Amino acid sequence: MPDRAAPILDVRGLKTVFRTRGGEIHAVNDVSFHLERGELLGVVGESGSGKSVTMMSLIGLLPSPPAEIRAGTVMLGDLDLLKITPEQLRNVRGAKVGFIFQDPMTSLNPVFNIGFQIAEPLRRHMGMNKAQAKARAVELLELVGIPDAAKRLGDYPHQFSGGMRQRVMIAIALACDPDVLIADEPTTALDVTIQAQILELVKELRVKLGMAIIWITHDLGVIAAIADRVMVMYGGQIVEQAPVKDLFANPQHPYTRALLKTIPSLTGAREKRLQVIEGQPPIMTTAPSACAFRARCIHAFERCEVENPKRHGVDQLALGLGHDVACHWVAAPVPAETADV
Amino acid sequence: MFDAATTPLVQVDGLKMYFPIYSGILRRHTGNVKAVDGVSFNIQAGETLGLVGESGCGKSTVGRALLRLYEPTAGAVVIEGEDIAKLTPEALRRKRPTMQMVFQDPQASLNPRMTLADIISEPLVEHTKWNADRRLERVYELMDAVGLNRRFANRFPHEFSGGQRQRIGIARALALNPKFIVCDEPIAALDVSIQAQVVNLLEDLQEKLGLTYLFISHDLSMVRHIADRVAVMYLGRIAELSPRDDLFAKPLHPYAEALLSAVNEPDPSLARRPRIILKGDVPSPARPPKGCNFSTRCPKAFARCHVEKPELQEVEPGRHVACFLYAPQTGSTGTSEAKEHNQQGEYQ
Repeated sequence: MPDRAAPILDVRGLKTVFRTRGGEIHAVNDVSFHLERGELLGVVGESGSGKSVTMMSLIGLLPSPPAEIRAGTVMLGDLDLLKITPEQLRNVRGAKVGFIFQDPMTSLNPVFNIGFQIAEPLRRHMGMNKAQAKARAVELLELVGIPDAAKRLGDYPHQFSGGMRQRVMIAIALACDPDVLIADEPTTALDVTIQAQILELVKELRVKLGMAIIWITHDLGVIAAIADRVMVMYGGQIVEQAPVKDLFANPQHPYTRALLKTIPSLTGAREKRLQVIEGQPPIMTTAPSACAFRARCIHAFERCEVENPKRHGVDQLALGLGHDVACHWVAAPVPAETADV
Repeated sequence: MFDAATTPLVQVDGLKMYFPIYSGILRRHTGNVKAVDGVSFNIQAGETLGLVGESGCGKSTVGRALLRLYEPTAGAVVIEGEDIAKLTPEALRRKRPTMQMVFQDPQASLNPRMTLADIISEPLVEHTKWNADRRLERVYELMDAVGLNRRFANRFPHEFSGGQRQRIGIARALALNPKFIVCDEPIAALDVSIQAQVVNLLEDLQEKLGLTYLFISHDLSMVRHIADRVAVMYLGRIAELSPRDDLFAKPLHPYAEALLSAVNEPDPSLARRPRIILKGDVPSPARPPKGCNFSTRCPKAFARCHVEKPELQEVEPGRHVACFLYAPQTGSTGTSEAKEHNQQGEYQ
């Protein structure tokens, strides 16, 4: 489709390295992706796959040292977030990009009441006075479904349950009406029935506020429930990217396929034995020169040992628009009829 | 079912575990956290009972009280004919080899200053009179059984990944040839691709050694895979105890129904179906509701639920439910009316 609106966020060739005493860890290796307006992009991967580090790199949340962003551009509108000054970046964080963290207990400040914590970004970024900020804070708490909002402004984080705290976090992230919301495992610390509540809330808020969301998780079930498009990360790289239905109906990368098979199902026939992915996820001490998944891959062949696969489309669409995969084993489509491998 | 004739390996009857609350300047005993409030079930030899529920429902406390890692407040836990809750410390010590535990966090449950061989052989030092050579031989045997390379015997826990650490924990639990193992969230701390490895190992060992498991987990799809029967706990009590296939095909208790409905299947068409969204949070176990523990959030609660606690009773063959929507099984008549009631769930 040639007539597309410009994406709200466009990341190209992002590389992040941690310099540790034991040497370098290449956490993010040449990651490129974009985020459309109003889209919910799911990012899946195991711990250490680089999904959180990628997103934290975008808005300068990684302490440096040890982190070092080696290359890449991060365009938010026409602003390159990697080039602007720390002062400008502060104006972006919270105002244009909201962030929700995994653990709502450790990311709220225990010594301030939540009214103060919600008002803080409003006063900092929107220049509101105390009374305006308070009124808006009540509005936000109501928006995220906290009953008796006006009374609860004076309460401290420990007076809220886990699910309620996560709602407060969401309220803070939404305070300045951001264009992009980055949610890093926001429901992982919650119980399933509370997770269901939060997912419902996010679905509702998306419709109401129309912001774009990046949702980081290791839970493919959550992705299936809310995402429009999915990126699968492994070894600090995007190994597969597709619209959500395509990814689950027609996974291409051996890692994605294996991952989907290891999860037992709640319905349908009960598998006698779980499929396993043998081995461990890699620790990237050098920039990848071979496929990061080769040691655990059942399809690996010689080429996988010597050449890191690039992402290529599995349909006729341009990279990033349709379904693409970084794997030598998955053949790129021949424009004419393709034979099934 | 002829199974019922054989004596279960584990019989739990009316287990209660209260943790006292002390408050005020005088630190007086002002109340109890009723973590487990009257739980009864049996586990047959060779069976896996899944115990599911949300955090704080008391499932881990049940597991610990069963092995008397806590002193139960009331109730009986009979394992192989002996009431664990009433054994003298010395008798309990002699009983320990038959019942072992695999803990959730393999990082926290392994001593960082002991080598793998020391960790696995510690139970042998405690409970056998074997010499060092014989113990080491057994350690190697166990390492083979759980899939750890023998070369690793002198390494320390930090040198291993999460999945391997869990294997060390399992090897330690197996050292004394136990009959009954409580697995307390053994896969919760592991990555998805590693979980399957550990679950397969547990299943292989069960088949080979005839083990009996209590598998505590909040992961319903994994419980469906590994368990024969499943108990669903809510706020210190069992809401439903049913054979696996029955429960997952058609949960009877409204909480079990909501819990299953809340699980996200890795399939977009299933994951976007309408679900039952429970309102509010789990009440505090220090102040449980007056009636049914679930009455504050139950979409089907009626007047009786707010004043009286339902007991767990058999409503269909093998299926036990603690809910007033179901009449206890009396001969052939019975549950059709209740079933219909159940169908009209409140969907949002």
